[in-house]
Amino acid sequence: MSVNPRHHILSVLVENKPGVLTRVAALFSRRGFNIVSLAVGPTEEDRFSRMTIVVDADESPLEQIVKQLNKLIPVIKIGEIAHDEGVERELMLITLKATSDVRGQVTELTAIFDAKIVDVGHEAMTIMVAGEADKLDSFTELVRPFGIVEQQRTGRIAMPKLARQQVKLRAVKTART
Amino acid sequence: MKLTGAQALIRSLEMEQVEVMFGLPGGAILPVYDPLIDSSIRHILVRHEQGAGHMASGYAHATGRPGVAMVTSGPAATNIVTPLADAYMDSVPMVVVTGQVPFSVIGTDAFQECDTVGITMPITKHNWLITNPQDIPTIVREAFHVATTGRPGPVLIDIPKDVANMTMDWYWPESVDLPGYKPTTKGHPKQIKDAARLICQAQRPVIYAGGGILKARAAEALRAFAELIGAPVVTTLMARGSFPDSHELCLGMPGMHGNYTAITAMQKSDLLIALGSRFDDRVTGKLDGFAPDAKVIHVDIDPAEQGKVRRPDVPIVGDCKIVIEELIKATKSEISKTSKPDLSPWIAQIRQWQKDFPLYYNQEEGGLLKPQFVIEKLREAAPDDTILASGVGQHQMWASQHWKFEHPYTWVNSGGLGTMGYSVPAAIGAKVGRPDRMVWAVDGDGCFQMTAQELVTATAEKIPVKIAILNNAYLGMVRQWQELFYEERYSEVYLSPDLPDYVKWAEAMGCVGMRVEDAGDVETTIEKANEINDRPVVIDFRTDYREKVYPMVAAGTSNDSVILDPAMTERAGR
Ligand SMILES: Cc1ncc(C[n+]2csc(CCOP(=O)(O)OP(=O)(O)O)c2C)c(N)n1
Ligand SMILES: [Mg+2]
Repeated sequence: MSVNPRHHILSVLVENKPGVLTRVAALFSRRGFNIVSLAVGPTEEDRFSRMTIVVDADESPLEQIVKQLNKLIPVIKIGEIAHDEGVERELMLITLKATSDVRGQVTELTAIFDAKIVDVGHEAMTIMVAGEADKLDSFTELVRPFGIVEQQRTGRIAMPKLARQQVKLRAVKTART
Repeated sequence: MKLTGAQALIRSLEMEQVEVMFGLPGGAILPVYDPLIDSSIRHILVRHEQGAGHMASGYAHATGRPGVAMVTSGPAATNIVTPLADAYMDSVPMVVVTGQVPFSVIGTDAFQECDTVGITMPITKHNWLITNPQDIPTIVREAFHVATTGRPGPVLIDIPKDVANMTMDWYWPESVDLPGYKPTTKGHPKQIKDAARLICQAQRPVIYAGGGILKARAAEALRAFAELIGAPVVTTLMARGSFPDSHELCLGMPGMHGNYTAITAMQKSDLLIALGSRFDDRVTGKLDGFAPDAKVIHVDIDPAEQGKVRRPDVPIVGDCKIVIEELIKATKSEISKTSKPDLSPWIAQIRQWQKDFPLYYNQEEGGLLKPQFVIEKLREAAPDDTILASGVGQHQMWASQHWKFEHPYTWVNSGGLGTMGYSVPAAIGAKVGRPDRMVWAVDGDGCFQMTAQELVTATAEKIPVKIAILNNAYLGMVRQWQELFYEERYSEVYLSPDLPDYVKWAEAMGCVGMRVEDAGDVETTIEKANEINDRPVVIDFRTDYREKVYPMVAAGTSNDSVILDPAMTERAGR
């Protein structure tokens, strides 16, 4: 799998309170860093949410960002999930121009990608694809010739791989202020 | 017990032992000002909200307790943005309460609405928008906890008017529950050991003491540590007073306008022991030329300071006082095991620099009044524990250089943000916190004009601060840069010595106003000022506008190229 070495996946456990997303996002933008993708959702505990942030940055500014993130009061814990140590998934909904003459081809591709047709119109179809980011990329490239009407992706979520010995969530949070 | 949100807020401040707050009311905060009438808390009515913020900061500097300010929404909240940014840079514990338009109309561009929480997010340690009156005690408790623990800093509580008017059931939380906030205070034992080992190997150690020493109330520990290891101590602009200037190991201030010995000792050092300091660019000069041979032990309670600027050989996250005490223990045990190098050649080298390159100025008889001379005379006439505040500019550097600091918490200044107009309100705040102390402010003519109106507050509230304006008729520091780096092309820096008339202005504000033009009148005028205890005093010292701050390390150059006063070099025949 091809991964961009500048892309880092941060898994950030935060308090589930208003304004937390702004605080986190502002830390990146203030330093001129681009967030590649961001997914936020509830966790097994009501009190906390999990943010999965894919950020484009070099190691050393990233270290400073992580430390600054740690200083935010509502941030509980930050882990970086290395690409080979995590399970990453993303979901995409994509609407294609698909008149009756090409539907067969689209359906075939959908099957190959283990994707799902979730809506069908007279001249278009909406397909749901889940998987690693580059699988979604490939699917997009393959269906592009049909004409993409609209596309949406959720942003990545990730979990550490259940290694047989130990969960490898690289704890970046060591000490805090 | 049922209370309104406003009553609960004031009650919570009382529970936090707030004795004084600085502020100015208005529409959105009106409900909170009402229960204040029945409260034990003293309120000082300022003339501009910036004044309230800097007063809270001066109070915090002088007392170590959090400064509290309260203002209304919109323009009042934006007026206090500068003090928040200032306190954030200098890690000053402050709690600011702002009124907000009713929660029901937030987001409708209501009268005097602004997104205070959004605006102040990057310049506060944390901030809160209260949406439910029932949360007030919890939030106030959290706010004081966050402001005063870990690396201290300002926090802000925004309270919408309708929330202040609603009722709640009073309670006081037993503890704070912030799962994401657990400052580390104790140093890691292995790091402490490693540090002790480095300390016992160093031949040219320098202790680089920063403002964190004062925040951690670690001045005594610092002294014991320095004496134990026999290392010289530099005190940064934020740390002046944390180690007595009269101590034989004290080298004074390093950095852009530090003295030659402090700068050079750091440059030549083989071990920098950074205690609560943050390698500010004004201290390091050009970074890749800074202290090239030095290993670094960095003690700071903020993990984000570790490696932010200079990568330490031994990072220690923890409270300065606790860690220094741990270091003392570990170093003692290390010394008992190994032999520590003899530091006397290093100290001898330092003594030579001190002898060859002292701070220099020359007050000629009958010549124009030198600002440094004024500061020396102020110092001589003031009690040892006098608190000195300053503005930002040349006068600030001279004050830090020429005042002799003997006690912690006697220096109140704006270091990180460099906020002109800081000194008058900060001096007032310091005097409110320490009414037993004499409080002087050394101010510039430019700075004075930014916040002087707070002297009206001082007169009204009987806060007898003393202000020495070093009136050089210029935005002197900017003039100095234009003289040295812009071919003497003076662009928009002239102010005039007598517009405004500072004496009349002082008198109009209920202060005693005096003027000094000749060096011969300096002492008698200061004596007069020191005898006045029932109102503020302002002295307009007409100083030599040509005087520049030396030594100087020009911006972007290395600390190896210290520019000394040309007049001194000439005199010494170098
Ligand atoms: C609010 C603010 N505006 C501008 C500056 C830039 N600045 C730094 S020092 C200075 C001149 C200060 O003049 P004055 O108070 O007369 O002090 P002097 O340098 O003459 O002693 C200026 C304009 C600043 N630090 N703060
Ligand atoms: Mg001036």
